[in-house]
Amino acid sequence: MHDGLAFDIAHLLAGGMVLVSFLMLYQDRLSALLNVFALHSLVLALAVGWQAYIQEAHHLYLTAGIALVFKAIIIPTALHRIVRRLGIHRSLEVVGGVGRDMLAGTALVALAILVMLPVTAAADALTREDLAFALAVVLLGLLLMINRHNAVSLVVGFMSLENGLMLAAAGARGMPLVVEISIAFSVLIALIVIGVFLFRIRERFDSVDMQAMDTFREKRRR
Amino acid sequence: MNGVGLAAMTALLVVPASAGLLLVLVSGYRLGARLNVGATLLSLLAAVTLFWGRPEANLYLRVDDFNLYLIVLNNLVSFTTSVFSVSYIAHELETGRLTPTYLRFYHAMYQALIFAMNLAFLANNIGLLWVAIELATLITVLMVGLYRTHAALEAAWKYFILGSVGIALALFGTILVYVAAQPVMGEGLPAMAWDQLFVHAAAFDPALLNLAFVFLLIGYGTKVGLAPLHAWLPDAHAEGPTPISAVLSGLLLNVALYAVLRFKMLMSANPAALAPGPLMVGLGLLSLVFAGLMLYRRGDIKRLFAYSSIEHMGIMTFAFGMGGPLANFAGLLHMAMHSLTKSAIFFAVGHISQVKGTQRISAIRGLTTTHPMLGWGLVAGVVAIAGMPPFGVFMSEFLVVSSTFARQPLLALPLVLGLLLAFGTLLWRVHGIAFGKPDGGPVVPVQASTLPMLTHLALVLVAGIWLPGPLVDWFKNVAVLLG
Repeated sequence: MHDGLAFDIAHLLAGGMVLVSFLMLYQDRLSALLNVFALHSLVLALAVGWQAYIQEAHHLYLTAGIALVFKAIIIPTALHRIVRRLGIHRSLEVVGGVGRDMLAGTALVALAILVMLPVTAAADALTREDLAFALAVVLLGLLLMINRHNAVSLVVGFMSLENGLMLAAAGARGMPLVVEISIAFSVLIALIVIGVFLFRIRERFDSVDMQAMDTFREKRRR
Repeated sequence: MNGVGLAAMTALLVVPASAGLLLVLVSGYRLGARLNVGATLLSLLAAVTLFWGRPEANLYLRVDDFNLYLIVLNNLVSFTTSVFSVSYIAHELETGRLTPTYLRFYHAMYQALIFAMNLAFLANNIGLLWVAIELATLITVLMVGLYRTHAALEAAWKYFILGSVGIALALFGTILVYVAAQPVMGEGLPAMAWDQLFVHAAAFDPALLNLAFVFLLIGYGTKVGLAPLHAWLPDAHAEGPTPISAVLSGLLLNVALYAVLRFKMLMSANPAALAPGPLMVGLGLLSLVFAGLMLYRRGDIKRLFAYSSIEHMGIMTFAFGMGGPLANFAGLLHMAMHSLTKSAIFFAVGHISQVKGTQRISAIRGLTTTHPMLGWGLVAGVVAIAGMPPFGVFMSEFLVVSSTFARQPLLALPLVLGLLLAFGTLLWRVHGIAFGKPDGGPVVPVQASTLPMLTHLALVLVAGIWLPGPLVDWFKNVAVLLG
């Protein structure tokens, strides 16, 4: 069972994350985007948990737990509340259009696989697939970030990118410090995003639209 | 001997960490500022103690010739900056830009930043290195947004997004290095310890190492402020408190460059891997020439010197990319000279923008008549940073240029072009600031402590005229180490 089924399930879960990344690309409502992000984190928790099981690396259960509690439950709930309070749950502006995003996303996944698979020829199959999918999730996260003007979706894009990194770290067999790194990342997200910026941006700009910030800058430069 | 080193290394981490925790509780300006200066002085002493006893490397921390020099530089500049910060912050409190709550936060974060930077330098583990740089990024984001104006928040936000993407990519590179090491070295901590990686690097899969280096160079390169990835840097320098601009420019950029160099050494240890030189030479030249052009139309005095930092990080990246004992020597010297000079300039600029009440260059005129000390200090700093003799920056830039002419004359053309561009623009701008006709308004007296600025300039001047023999040998050793 260790090789066949274990590999298939790991493959399924990692592939599932890429799929959910695509789902995020075409969401046009913020609340829906947050729900899909919660799903993304849930799949990550399952994938990391599965890696912990087949590698017999017990510390990875902790990483999976952090992903589940913090990123699949706490962060989306908090962001939902912020979005509701700011009254911006209605619609999301997508730069360029969904069709183009999907095409670009497909190209990025192809790129990730073409880059990673030949390079990791020496590593075992499990690590290879995991790294290729992880790079795809990272690239899709970057695409999501550059595609929206909204601060909340920018943050969601960054967090999905970070999910991809956690997938890679869990897939690298026996990598130490994964727990510490995932905690460091959680602190980064929690401290800055939730605590400080969204409220302050609201307070100062009356908007979380990043274009409003650009106009401020242009005014100042004149 | 070993015990002394171990104690010093522990002190380098424990002193700033505990001082940071303590300063959260201290709300008084006087006590807080004194504690801040005292703690940085203690860290500096601990750093200097490392010369006499070096602890043995373990899987997490390590001291060698390369990082020891940077640790001393780091703690020296953070000490002088904390002295400068005393008078700077006093003025900010008077004008009400900082409230006592934020003051507490500022001091605690200052110590936390020093902790993070010391940890990054000491780290032997590439994962720990990443965590330390991430922590430093996080803290500086909070510091840049300290004034809570539109511009400061925008700068902090931009820095946060670009910086996080950068360190995220660097983490992917770090994971790839581990994946490359794991088949050779087995699972677990040794496969992330830098000194052990260095020993085994020749056996790693070169293709994987190449890919890892590209991610690491782009990721940490964002934090160095290399040209296509520099967008956060001018804003972050211009909008934060000036002591933070000095620390950002003088120290944090060095930390990121240090990380890049560590991985470059790994790459050079593997004969089959891609040579990292050309990539770094390309990015360095691009930053240099780009920043040289951008300097011309800056209207904000801190932004002007931020672009000058991009220029100098470009020169260093270029020098290390060229490699070889001479270019590496020049790069190392330039790292130290740039840190000292640029932070001295920011010390002057901080007080200047306070007495003039603005950072707009067009509103600052005739400083040498209104505030001779600050005015002449700034002139000396700019003359030094522009690369004129007899200052140390001239020495290091001259070494870079001459070694390039000797090996790759064609590359020397864009290099010299960029240097001349920056040279001309900086002198032209400072001419108006220092010698223009004063605007005739009332001369605001200034409570400036010029000692930190003068100390830095004196050090740079001495280094330009005479480098002590042991220091030259030290740099030569490290230059060979860097390959």
